Amino acid sequence: MKPNTQQLNDLATQVRRDILRMVHAVNSGHPGGSLGCTEFMVALYQAIMDRKEGFDMDGLNEDIFILSNGHISPVFYSVLARSGYFPVSELATFRLLNSRLQGHPTTHEGLPGVRIASGSLGQGMSVALGAAQTKKLNGDNHLVYTLHGDGELQEGQNWEAIMYASAYKVDNLIATIDVNGKQIDGPTDEVLPMGSLSAKFIAFGWDVVEIQLGNNIDAIIAGMLDAKAKTGQGRPVAVLLHTEMGNGVDYMMHTHAWHGKAPNDDQLAKALEQNTITLGDY
Amino acid sequence: MTKYTNTGSKDTRSGFGAGLTELGQTNENVVALCADLIGSLKMDDFKKNHPERFFQVGIAEANMIGMAAGMTLGGKIPFTGTFANFSTGRVYDQIRQSVAYSDKNVKICASHAGLTLGEDGATHQILEDVGLMKMLPGMTVINTCDYAQTKAATIAIAEHHGPVYLRFGRPVVPNFTAELEFVIGKAILLNEGTDVTIVATGHLVWEALVAAEALEAKGISAEVINIHTIKPLDDEAILKSVGKTGCVVTAEEHNILGGLGESVARVLSLNHPAPQEYVAVNDSFGESGTPEQLMEKYGLNSAAIIAAAKKAISRKK
Repeated sequence: MKPNTQQLNDLATQVRRDILRMVHAVNSGHPGGSLGCTEFMVALYQAIMDRKEGFDMDGLNEDIFILSNGHISPVFYSVLARSGYFPVSELATFRLLNSRLQGHPTTHEGLPGVRIASGSLGQGMSVALGAAQTKKLNGDNHLVYTLHGDGELQEGQNWEAIMYASAYKVDNLIATIDVNGKQIDGPTDEVLPMGSLSAKFIAFGWDVVEIQLGNNIDAIIAGMLDAKAKTGQGRPVAVLLHTEMGNGVDYMMHTHAWHGKAPNDDQLAKALEQNTITLGDY
Repeated sequence: MTKYTNTGSKDTRSGFGAGLTELGQTNENVVALCADLIGSLKMDDFKKNHPERFFQVGIAEANMIGMAAGMTLGGKIPFTGTFANFSTGRVYDQIRQSVAYSDKNVKICASHAGLTLGEDGATHQILEDVGLMKMLPGMTVINTCDYAQTKAATIAIAEHHGPVYLRFGRPVVPNFTAELEFVIGKAILLNEGTDVTIVATGHLVWEALVAAEALEAKGISAEVINIHTIKPLDDEAILKSVGKTGCVVTAEEHNILGGLGESVARVLSLNHPAPQEYVAVNDSFGESGTPEQLMEKYGLNSAAIIAAAKKAISRKK
């Protein structure tokens, strides 16, 4: 049985605690985008994707997920662990020597749940296209989901992939863009304005679903179900997920300052006070 | 001197095409991707026979490499095809992260490598690709010497799990290895000799045989080894030969920096230091010209190998 909204929100709070404690412990990592995508990742793994028990690299006969903006590894690791892919206690090894939880996700250390390395931006869309084409060759009707940063769309490879996806009717792919309007050097509209992402995807032949409340579990689930309903109709589907970077920690919101910066002891304590519900910290 | 017969000159890229065609019939997991160079890569037959397993990606090599990496999820064995320049330098980060670091079973098949691409000039004549690829952990690097070897290598890499860079070319060259066994990572001893070892790869292998014959006529006994797999290198074969001859010439259609010669030098310096001469491009770009003109101007032919062999022998203590 799938969890209800309250259960998902509680889990999201726990994931936020994990993210904050992980980046604090090693004084590095990317909390901003991780917190902004927490509700999405929780909803995706707990309520949207059709997943098998356990993990195998091929992902036959199940939905698979490709994280393209690998720097939000804290949220990915926390959600993977709390979805049963590896022990929650292993979150304590994030970014440490000899850990499977590298700074950016990789298959290299054999961490269950990860199917491709990411970190150098702009590569996940192509990987997802390939996985989606293989699913079609294998007669596997399951879907490929991806997540990308909005700033990441400045990488040209995305547009090669976006062009290919519609031209060859890759309609078993749902690519979600984390539209938080921020990147390392500032607002995306100042660093490199991208205009209307919706208009761009539509012009490239995609179906577009907008989720305006990208940090609201119910809105995310409704939007993703809408996206799912649009698959299999000859067009790839883009989800524009409007999020708040740093969501759930007041001083991390409405700024790009916490893109790649960890909280200190006092800041961590303050952040955890704002996220008190715990299912059991690692 | 062991004699090899040219059974009819062909281009190595046609060996790739023939190998891919055979794989299409024998291995249903093999899929092929091409970036708008189907004819140049000789992928026409595979496309015709297996349209559902052929993916035309357009002039978008980065996407092609990423797609190939993704296609391995679910058990496919992707073969990508484009020119060597666009197979390596243009997509280095995609290969590094999505293929090599991710340990994906992708076969990067690269034609028109080196100077013998000819008239198109330096923009297309990559001489750095072996170096780029061999530096990637886990990458197997193969540079074939004729049609038969390229066909054999194409078939062999489908059975090898892991990323592979397969390098071949455009010119028509003697075809002489059909009877020789091809094993990834295993050097081929083409001619036994005692005075100097010539280690050659790619289009320089036939030139090495021509050189050895000329040297023999002058009373110099040259051992000729074909290294098709530059990584992992057959250290044992090189050490055994140079242990006997005491000096070596490496010959390749590549920059002297980063190529086979440096790999051989590493093995020798660690185990058995010996005089080594390099037949390679001396850290420069190429230019337009016929393949023959270019190979002569840049010193990549039998005459250059003969001169290098004499020099290597003269340096022996």
